Amino acid sequence: MGRKALDYEELNENVKKVQYAVRGELYLRASELQKEGKRIIFTNVGNPHALGQKPLTFPRQVVALCQAPFLLDDPNVGLIFPADAIARAKHYLSMAPGGLGAYSDSRGIPGVRKEVAEFIQRRDGYPSDPELIYLTDGASKGVMQMLNAIIRNERDGILVPVPQYPLYSAAISLFGGSLVPYYLEEEANWGLDIVTTRQSVAAARSKGMTVRAMVIINPGNPTGQCLSEANIRELLNFCYQENLVLLADEVYQQNIYQDERPFISARKVLFDMGPPISREVQLISFHTVSKGYWGECGQRGGYFEMTNIPPKTVDEIYKVASIALSPNVPGQIFMGLMMNPPKPGDISYLKFATESKSILDSLRRRAQIMTDGFNSCQNVVCNFTEGAMYSFPQIRLPKRAIDTAKSAGKEPDVFYCLKLLEATGISTVPGSGFGQKEGVFHLRTTILPAEEDMPAIMSSFKKFNDSFMEQYQDYSRL
Amino acid sequence: MASSVAVENLNPKVLKCEYAVRGEIVIHAQRLQQQLQNQPGSLPFHEILYCNIGNPQSLGQQPVTFFREVLALCDHPYLLQREEIKSLFSADSISRAKQILALIPGRATGAYSHSQGIKGLRDAIAAGITARDGFPANADDIFLTDGASPGVHLMMQLLIRNEKDGILVPIPQYPLYSASIALHGGALVPYYLNESTGWGLEISDVKKQLEDARSRGIDVRALVVINPGNPTGQVLAEENQYDIVKFCKNEGLVLLADEVYQENIYVDDKKFHSFKKIVRSLGYGEDLPLVSYQSVSKGYYGECGKRGGYMEITGFSAPVREQIYKISSVNLCSNITGQILASLVMNPPKAGDESYASYQAEKDRILTSLARRAKALEDAFNNLEGITCNKAEGAMYLFPRINLPQKAIDAANAANKAPDAFYALRLLESTGIVVVPGSGFGQVPGTWHFRCTILPQEEKIPAIISRFKVFHEAFMAEHRD
Repeated sequence: MGRKALDYEELNENVKKVQYAVRGELYLRASELQKEGKRIIFTNVGNPHALGQKPLTFPRQVVALCQAPFLLDDPNVGLIFPADAIARAKHYLSMAPGGLGAYSDSRGIPGVRKEVAEFIQRRDGYPSDPELIYLTDGASKGVMQMLNAIIRNERDGILVPVPQYPLYSAAISLFGGSLVPYYLEEEANWGLDIVTTRQSVAAARSKGMTVRAMVIINPGNPTGQCLSEANIRELLNFCYQENLVLLADEVYQQNIYQDERPFISARKVLFDMGPPISREVQLISFHTVSKGYWGECGQRGGYFEMTNIPPKTVDEIYKVASIALSPNVPGQIFMGLMMNPPKPGDISYLKFATESKSILDSLRRRAQIMTDGFNSCQNVVCNFTEGAMYSFPQIRLPKRAIDTAKSAGKEPDVFYCLKLLEATGISTVPGSGFGQKEGVFHLRTTILPAEEDMPAIMSSFKKFNDSFMEQYQDYSRL
Repeated sequence: MASSVAVENLNPKVLKCEYAVRGEIVIHAQRLQQQLQNQPGSLPFHEILYCNIGNPQSLGQQPVTFFREVLALCDHPYLLQREEIKSLFSADSISRAKQILALIPGRATGAYSHSQGIKGLRDAIAAGITARDGFPANADDIFLTDGASPGVHLMMQLLIRNEKDGILVPIPQYPLYSASIALHGGALVPYYLNESTGWGLEISDVKKQLEDARSRGIDVRALVVINPGNPTGQVLAEENQYDIVKFCKNEGLVLLADEVYQENIYVDDKKFHSFKKIVRSLGYGEDLPLVSYQSVSKGYYGECGKRGGYMEITGFSAPVREQIYKISSVNLCSNITGQILASLVMNPPKAGDESYASYQAEKDRILTSLARRAKALEDAFNNLEGITCNKAEGAMYLFPRINLPQKAIDAANAANKAPDAFYALRLLESTGIVVVPGSGFGQVPGTWHFRCTILPQEEKIPAIISRFKVFHEAFMAEHRD
């Protein structure tokens, strides 16, 4: 028998092209070392609970009760669950005929989508339609669905920020489209330059591409910058002029660590701008329960909201959603709870607010500790983490390090990160996994290790970096 | 200004794919349900009965208590510190929850896990597979997914390079397969199950379809088998399974074995044999690429809303496994509750465990009831004029064939509908019963079917049968030639 159907050579090329560094080479090496007994600090993925962040109590109480409704019938349930958690569990069970074990509406439980719409309305001051909100198994599934709907062939281009969260590059590869990069300016606090972005679009078009959509990640990943209202207006005008769908990844909207630029949604700015633009620009907004101060990554809860999408397109998106039958119901309940958390006066409010504030305050402190820590290291420059969960320092690698890396067949930042891992157990993701300017190197780490571990981690990094720089310093400096 | 995203410029593969299980008839039913809420009494029935989808708990089936106890404790591990839980939870559910939490790094059920799923849970599943089959299973071969469906999509993505790549699919089939093949731009190569022999699979027919496809320049990459069948409900005979495996080996095909109904068998003369067991019994081991799918949505547990499932991959080279891992990693991981549930389904209470008796009683109650409902509906359909219905040996569906009179076919054509869709729509509008037209699953051209689940609660079955009978007799009378 000759070649087999699943020989490597016979695989879909698009699959082979996909890269996802967040769980790529560094992570696999770190896992190997962990199996050999080395202590590894995984800072490769925004996974708060894996690094000791505790789940918020109230949602876990509610979901546990929904999971085991027989508890609600027990006279003693009030001894271990507060009354508002009990009431809220009943509320969700009444919305989900068949409970947690039944496929829901393919778009998600209508009552939960209503809670999402109400949250959006409170947040932005504009009404939101639950019919245009689809719950998904994590925001990533929603991103994949939208990109799959948009990309027809390799001539369809999607504008993606560089550096970017590599879900976007992976999805574009998988669906056979083209990534059109627009570079964020590190010296301008990772700001977006509309002029160069417009040039990217023109260059793509001159190559025969149809640029269909623009991705923004706000707050940014890996870069952490928070867009100002003026930035967003500029972007929306750009999308209007260039006829692009705006895909607004806003999963880190609760993670804001400075006060100058609070989170403002793309949708709010769009509606503030008024007609005609507010009626014309097509917008998809993504959110999740995985980030913020909830950090419930393992639940796989997310949604996307469609604005100005024609009804027939919505029907097609619904059709594709229906093939997956329904998003997981516990994840939907987590989303409902996040959108509609305990309020002042509720029994659980104080505890909920205290837990939330404690997490956010600590994240803010850790963002500063890490930025300062990196900036105190030689040849390392680090923009402040304004938002999200990551630090993305630039490592100015000496030429000898770059040359050594290349002769070892490795990207220079991969080389650096592997050495860092082996020396300190700190598992990061090399900047090449996110995209960066030619010859400029970074690594991404998260700000999630426990606050008490931070000083030790930063000093371990500094020690490694000092010794690396000494080992590879340019002779011309001697 | 032409909008960037309009139907005219969407991915044509998205436009092409269809999924009747939640298609037109169901959308219409939802509208009627809304109408019943807003204007009670405005329709000739008082409730919509969804018999379109294998969604047991939406129709009153109760979850397995032990599973829910364990899941609740894993959702809120703080409970394990409270004395009071001893009066609320069985002792073995408490110890199982503790054991599971110990397998999860940091006991963090809210963290992304390993992209294949938590290792300790995969070990439990591998042990369950080994106990089921008598042949060893490996945790590294298991990928936990959000339901079985994402695993199907992943393999189609891997296998389909262009429209010349074909996948052999049984007709009738569960339309996830046709939809996934369309979404990935491949060619569906049908092989027809034989209705007159209880939906039997003839290898000679499959071979004929394969050769025909190849002669048209199609590179046939894989064979899908659904066992027990959906919508057809047949359980493959072991001999048949041996033939299928040998066929795949000889023809260089990947075998995609959808085994999600493995715990739904209603006849004493048939048993479930996994394709993994068959492959290993033939001594093929790693020579035949095999993907086996299982889910927490079916069986007697029916936990559709949890989105739990796995695929077990064997006979794949290391570079290919790396690609499968890589694609899985882009989505990071499947939901943890679903992962835990998959490990419970494959490793339920055993004799001697405190919960065993009640667990076994719940399981038996559900399975014997399903068997009774399957039989009651099968007999009822067979008693109707112009309807013949094969036995549901397994799964959750009946797939009766309707011999539609020409007048009905003409009326359907005039209404621009497939005749079975026309019938199903009329059924819905007269009775509130929602079924899926056979054209949604594929059928021999010129034959008409519909798929009806066996899931409505047992006490509702007589009323469903009588309402159906009234409708059907009136329909046939109206369209008599």
